[in-house]
Amino acid sequence: MSSPALAVGLLAVLLLTLPFWLRNQYHLHIAIQVGIFAILAMSLNLLLGYTGQLSLGHAAFFGIGGYTSALLSKHLDVPVMLGFLAAVGLAALAGYLVGKISLRLRGAYFVLVSISFAGVIALVSVNWIELTNGPLGMPNVAAPGIVLPGVGEFVFRSKESYYYLVLGAAAVSYAVCHRLVHSRFGRACLALRENEVLAQAVGVNGTAYLVVAAVTSAAMAGAAGSLYVHYTRLVSPEVFLFSYTVSMVIMVVAGGKGTLLGPIVGAIIFTILPEVLRAVASYQWQMLAYGVLLILTIFFLPRGIVPAVTSWWGRRRRRAVTPGLVPVAESERTL
Amino acid sequence: MASTMLRLEGVRAGYGPVEALKGIDLEVREGELVTLIGANGAGKTSTLKAISGVLRASAGRITFDGADIHRLKPAQILKLGIAHCPEGRRVFPYMTVRENLEMGAFTRSDSTAVRADLDRVFGMFPILRERLAQVAGTLSGGEQQMLAIGRALMSRPRLVLFDEPSLGLAPTIVERVFRIVAEIRAQGTTVLMVEQNAHLALRIADRGYVLETGTIALDGAAGALARDEHVRRAYLGG
Repeated sequence: MSSPALAVGLLAVLLLTLPFWLRNQYHLHIAIQVGIFAILAMSLNLLLGYTGQLSLGHAAFFGIGGYTSALLSKHLDVPVMLGFLAAVGLAALAGYLVGKISLRLRGAYFVLVSISFAGVIALVSVNWIELTNGPLGMPNVAAPGIVLPGVGEFVFRSKESYYYLVLGAAAVSYAVCHRLVHSRFGRACLALRENEVLAQAVGVNGTAYLVVAAVTSAAMAGAAGSLYVHYTRLVSPEVFLFSYTVSMVIMVVAGGKGTLLGPIVGAIIFTILPEVLRAVASYQWQMLAYGVLLILTIFFLPRGIVPAVTSWWGRRRRRAVTPGLVPVAESERTL
Repeated sequence: MASTMLRLEGVRAGYGPVEALKGIDLEVREGELVTLIGANGAGKTSTLKAISGVLRASAGRITFDGADIHRLKPAQILKLGIAHCPEGRRVFPYMTVRENLEMGAFTRSDSTAVRADLDRVFGMFPILRERLAQVAGTLSGGEQQMLAIGRALMSRPRLVLFDEPSLGLAPTIVERVFRIVAEIRAQGTTVLMVEQNAHLALRIADRGYVLETGTIALDGAAGALARDEHVRRAYLGG
């Protein structure tokens, strides 16, 4: 068995058995949060990492997903699993609209439209009190359940079961990203980033691929939002907080944008780190340490943790085989 | 005489308020090798961009095989059989030679035919087969130009637009590139080529157009242009 396959196998066993050896409920809670943030970071990475477009309103898609399935289950008694699909769909639609409006212009315009969109949606959630109960939000959001034939309904109420639900969603998100990146889409994005004029000349319709990225990205963020509110059992305008977007950006950039594993590594580190710091230091020191660590990461690993580790590992192996120069380009490639 | 393949009538185009093309009329007939010469900023590159759809024409008509193409997207124009080989950064530097060639067939879905075309390109440029897995940015300038030409051929074009194929290349490579362009035409592909090296361009072309500040100043058979007093003084250095 080759070493990468072995590593993947070990990781899968580790993830699948996690609730059996991580018995502490608080630790499981963090594992669930890591999963949700991993989906969010992967979602943002599709745009920021692969197309270079920065969405600073990504919390909007997260929030739309959360509110959609919470409202459907609360007001219309829609089963949570169906509500989840609606959440994904509505977030995707929002992604399509924002993308269609702004990706023709791209760059700064996309950043501005995404921020404004998030601002408007957040205002709606605060002010449309009849629907959303305003700033107080809505407690007692239903837990998701599935009907098993012959057994009855199984409800994901325990942390252990919810962990598996999130793990499944994260795995599907990863598979979607993997599939997309290794398809024509990935090729087109790479071409657009490397040489946009040439990409157009060989027939890559830049705007169309950016919209595909925006729709997929928004759908994934919507899925994460739905998983989040049915886990905390509460939905409030807090889901639109700018700090969620900032966390996502940090995870993607520090982990390694434009790599499949980068956002996941970023999500693991930057979800666990604040929790660890919380245990050892007061709030001010926490934030200070967090900031310093972030700056150091960006300063010493400007391309992110995953590309840095990959190229270090590649150099080590090559040195072991043949001493010689490392082509810069190979470590530079991220697709 | 062969039928007209490409025709531009009063084509205007620009970048914001700056008009680069102020009414271009030109035609390319099936099987011809036509060259566009002129000074920097005369509108040569813009003309090619307008044809391939990368730059939208604000007025005038562009027809290919008699059908309007000036409102089509670059991908649609490419599918009709017009390949554009832009100037300057000619390849995708971080993609391998193979990936670059495959990008040339991006709009095509017939993978067996694409493989056959890949072999045809290797027949023309054996060096590319040797460098297949190499990252394009590490090729020499001449090799990058071969790759760019090969990539343009991967879309099975009937008309290739070459933009300054000799720019920045060593003199021996320049000769080689011109021979390749002539060979592509000899194999039945129509060519419209923009060149600053007017001397060599007029030697292999059938006809030429001289662009000056966004309009066609002169046109005619390549031999006649090469002998023309004005062209000699302005572009041939003598």
